[in-house]
Amino acid sequence: MASTTITNAPNPNRRALLATGFALAYVVVAVLALILVDRNSLWYPLYNVFAYSMYVLSPILIISLPIPNPIKFGGLAILLLIVTPMLGIYNNSYMEIAVQICIFAGLALGLNIVVGFAGLLDLGYVAFFAVGAYLWAVFTSTSETVFKLNGWLVPGEMFWVFLVIGVFIAAFVGILLGLPVLRLRGDYLAIVTLGFGEVIRILARNANDPINITNGAQGLIGIGKPPVPDLLHGITNEAIRIMSLRVDNPGFVAQQLLFYLIAVGLLVLIIVISRRLEDSPIGRAWTAIREDEVAAKAMGVPLVRMKLAAFATGASFGGAIGVLYAAKQAFVDPTSFVLLQSIIILAMVIVGGMGSIRGVILGAIAMTLLNLHVLTNLSLQLNALRNVNFIVPIIDFPIRNWPNQLEPAKYQPLIFGLVLVLMMIFRPEGLMPAERRKLELKAEREESAGLDEQAAPQPKGDA
Amino acid sequence: MSTTATVQDRPVAPKANTLELVQQSWIYRFLLFPIGQMLIFIAGATILLTVIAYAIAIAFPAPNPNIDLVTQINRQLPGMIISGVSIGFVYSMIALGYTLVYGVLQFINFAHSELFMVGSATGFVVMKALEDNGVLKEWNPILMILFMLVCAMTVSGILAMLMERIAYRPLRGAPRLVPLITAIGISFFLIDFVRAGFAITRNEFNLTYPVRSLEMFATPVRVAIGETTVNVRTTSIMIIISAVIMLVILNYIVNGTKLGRGIRAVAQDQTMSGLLGVNVNLMISLTFLIGGAFGGAAGMLFGMNVGTITPYVGFLPGLKAFTAAVLGGIGNITGALLGGLTIGIVEAFLNGVLVYYPALGQRYTDILTFSVLILILIFRPTGILGKRVDEKV
Amino acid sequence: MKQKVSIIIAVALAMLMSLSLVQAQDNVIKIASQTPLSGPQSVLGVSMRNAVELAIEQLSGPIEELGFKIEFVPYDDEAKPDKGTSNANLIVADESILVVIGHLNSGVALPASEVYNGSNLAMISPANTNPNITDRGYPTVSRVCGRDDLQGPTGAEFANQLGVKSVYVLHDTTAYGEGVARFFRQRAEELGITVLGFEGTEETANFDSLIQPILALNPEMVYFGGIYSQMGIFLSQARAQGFDGLFMGPDGTDSSEFAQLAGEAGVGTYYTSVAGPANIYPNAAQFIEDYKEKFGEPPQPFAAQAYDATAIALLGLQSAIEEAGGKPTREQVAKAIRAVTDYEGLTGTITFDANGDPEIGLYYVLQVVSADPAEWSNNELLATLEIPSPLTAAAAKEE
Repeated sequence: MASTTITNAPNPNRRALLATGFALAYVVVAVLALILVDRNSLWYPLYNVFAYSMYVLSPILIISLPIPNPIKFGGLAILLLIVTPMLGIYNNSYMEIAVQICIFAGLALGLNIVVGFAGLLDLGYVAFFAVGAYLWAVFTSTSETVFKLNGWLVPGEMFWVFLVIGVFIAAFVGILLGLPVLRLRGDYLAIVTLGFGEVIRILARNANDPINITNGAQGLIGIGKPPVPDLLHGITNEAIRIMSLRVDNPGFVAQQLLFYLIAVGLLVLIIVISRRLEDSPIGRAWTAIREDEVAAKAMGVPLVRMKLAAFATGASFGGAIGVLYAAKQAFVDPTSFVLLQSIIILAMVIVGGMGSIRGVILGAIAMTLLNLHVLTNLSLQLNALRNVNFIVPIIDFPIRNWPNQLEPAKYQPLIFGLVLVLMMIFRPEGLMPAERRKLELKAEREESAGLDEQAAPQPKGDA
Repeated sequence: MSTTATVQDRPVAPKANTLELVQQSWIYRFLLFPIGQMLIFIAGATILLTVIAYAIAIAFPAPNPNIDLVTQINRQLPGMIISGVSIGFVYSMIALGYTLVYGVLQFINFAHSELFMVGSATGFVVMKALEDNGVLKEWNPILMILFMLVCAMTVSGILAMLMERIAYRPLRGAPRLVPLITAIGISFFLIDFVRAGFAITRNEFNLTYPVRSLEMFATPVRVAIGETTVNVRTTSIMIIISAVIMLVILNYIVNGTKLGRGIRAVAQDQTMSGLLGVNVNLMISLTFLIGGAFGGAAGMLFGMNVGTITPYVGFLPGLKAFTAAVLGGIGNITGALLGGLTIGIVEAFLNGVLVYYPALGQRYTDILTFSVLILILIFRPTGILGKRVDEKV
Repeated sequence: MKQKVSIIIAVALAMLMSLSLVQAQDNVIKIASQTPLSGPQSVLGVSMRNAVELAIEQLSGPIEELGFKIEFVPYDDEAKPDKGTSNANLIVADESILVVIGHLNSGVALPASEVYNGSNLAMISPANTNPNITDRGYPTVSRVCGRDDLQGPTGAEFANQLGVKSVYVLHDTTAYGEGVARFFRQRAEELGITVLGFEGTEETANFDSLIQPILALNPEMVYFGGIYSQMGIFLSQARAQGFDGLFMGPDGTDSSEFAQLAGEAGVGTYYTSVAGPANIYPNAAQFIEDYKEKFGEPPQPFAAQAYDATAIALLGLQSAIEEAGGKPTREQVAKAIRAVTDYEGLTGTITFDANGDPEIGLYYVLQVVSADPAEWSNNELLATLEIPSPLTAAAAKEE
């Protein structure tokens, strides 16, 4: 945001100082904006749209500014581990959106390994998410499944163990999917992975008869949660006391806080692994496969092993996030794993910038915010205005006369679709493209522009 | 359909014998051959699946002792074939749109299923308008279907062209995934746009074609085969006849006209055909027009057959048609036809037979269909009729 | 350029903030609804939302006299669990929301109600017939609709009375449709009816190939666990292909749209319902009239239940306000809602048991009499059954 200020300053120290100052100011303004407002006021929803979006984007801002590393990561840690939990305790919905952003960012990063790094189009990514979620769900759910009837259930403490098991099972399923599709390319791969995603969902839906494993369409209820450490209870109560809030159920808030911390922890782990992989020999092999499979093979890149590694790594992220998702939701059913979900995750990757870790996270933040926060709050704003019979000044239009059929809530898919199209037309490389990708696109564009010029002045076509 | 879209015209032999003369004649190339091809596909797929069905019936008797599977299959065989073939043609017509576009642009137009939906919505609007003006019963049914077809094809075709112009053309040269996401965005947009349109004007979006008020469509044709009688719905017959006629016309356009040659040229090498004087942009637009028109026609015929549609109707047939296009070999027109019919007939047989095995049931139809696809792709990674394309190095 | 943008944003924020610092009201109580308002299921979701709005408009008088203003906030759960839970947190964060009416899908209601219950926020469900909703025993979660495990068997009992010997059971693979169909099958088998098939399908338009085995098996009755939009199309296609047996469905059938979709094929269809038939209950007839007048379309299934749920919420709020002598807490409201007894609603007389089910569920069996949607309210009532909730039944057994 302040890039102009920064580039004008020649001295690197001054630049760092300016950037740090700006980031600090930004975060302080965002936090103040969030807490200094009356939640019962008329314009709160609209205001909330801006204020919370501003706050949620701050980690990306901090990462992008030229701040010296120790300050940068220290600041991020404070932001993620102290400020956000406080805000989340202050207003539960902030915590919930933060958790969902972490979940979707984790999924998007997993898909990014397959699509962004290795260039294998996967339209059924949600299958691995489902595998993780169902893994934890069947072993802890109180529904009458074969696991419960045979006494195979495990207590909530096993969550951590299952997080690890989830990684391996999902990776295994990823390899299972990878094996038969190794020979397929591009769109053939797309349809097979799409089919695979649907198959997993349908299996989850069908596996209640003759043996009840997943409880079918009814879904699994009462899924176990990891127990909250006493320390966290203490911290939550203390935070509630400091902010002098009236909270009905502090235990519940502590539980949410735990999920938030797990989600952030997982996300950080995924980011670190992604980053390390990107610059490792494996990552370079993936890039080679993405750019030119034949050339990669000729250069001695083991195609089979590398492709399987991409599927397995991507899948393992999905599996771990799935375990967390099941525990957080306490309920899992097949409707969470539809094709649309895969497409939304893919859209996050591409909107953010394929192959760019930072971009993918930004994509996940933007899409999640748009869907869960922005559009919902706009609908609420309209509704609030209608309730007080607000009359738009200047044009003298009473909001109450706004027809029911034109409520923004009903147009979420329409707006979502438009945003995707416009985004792709005006910024096809994504919000924050990877450096390498940016250069490629530039070259490609120049090339195709050159071709167009050649083709354009041709006289009328053959038809 | 006599040749794949990507294959050049066959060179004219200097000395032709009678057989070759027949093969070069107009009637053979554009009428007998394509229709014969379709008949062979249908007969082949049906016979194969019938044999498999009976083999299964004998090898694995139904768990329910009161049911003799062979008798059951005897009873439902004609019904399964007709329903499979009629939906198969619908899938084929949609799959053509995927394949044509893929042929020229090498990208999957995910929004194609919405062109199908728009076609069926247009059919509804036209038919409803006819009914509201009281002329529905006066018109000759054949004329009416033709009129509805033309409307649906025009609307969907033009929409497809607009789509290409506004959303895909600016993205040519971008990485392959970018137009894919645009297509998904368009798909969301169109579904919701149509929904909103009907929600505002009609206060609902379950669109029921006024088919039942017409005598011709309300009473099914009774066909007696042996001791079983089958009620065949007129609309199913209508789908089959219209689809065959349209596919023959498409074959003629692609293989027999200058326009078709242009499209094939663009499909083979865009840059080169541009340099040789083919108007590439026009050809791509026309490809979208044709693909969209076919999708629209399929939507309208489908809508009349099922009676009621919604703005969400495109998803399932679109997905299956996409599967069909890939199964046949994407980019290959004959492949789309073959794939569509195969998926339609396989589905009908699976639905007909799985019922008798309670541990499986029809809920596994989709899984098994996809398994067939994956199996075929493992052995032929570019689909049944797809050519093994060597990488340009 | 970028600096300018940030300045503009800052100024806009400041303006908004100043706007929002004014106009605080503490006498506002909000009732939220959470149903799908977009997507294919929005027909039902919007109708439920409308019914809540209508109920608030008609019945909030007594509370306004106590000096409180009732506001209605509709949320869209898109029939997705993620969206539902995220909205639930948003709802919980708004302290003036004291009751939630929702959801349509059990898959959304189950995770969302965990959040509500975590903050003691009362939820009354108009449509979640899944037994799990109340079987968890949460003090905040109640429902005014029937239970799958009571409605399905009711249908089977009635089929048995009709002398049906063989049935073919279909469902829509949703928690609702599959659940009710499963319980129907279970009871039918106990009664000695042959179940020829039990199939689920996601298909919504083309049932051609699904119908073939039904024709070959020729069952006396087809039972379809699902919603009218799928059933109407299925039935019209099945009849056109020559199926001439009986047809039955659960309360998802109860919409005049069914007659529209199925046409003549729908005449003679049996369905079970928990909403009182309009031609017998004057209240219900009045509700349909009012609804049509306000929204220009007939109410869909579960709209009457949504109206009742809201009415109970308002009664609960009123007694909670009177008891607290001011704005009540969420816990007080939840308690007061559970304590509402003998509420005479559109769907029967409701008293909650300890789990939040209506103590005595009234289940009706009706038959469609005409292909004209306008005649829907004249459907013939064939039987009325009073079935106690599992908890009530267990209590009665102990005595």
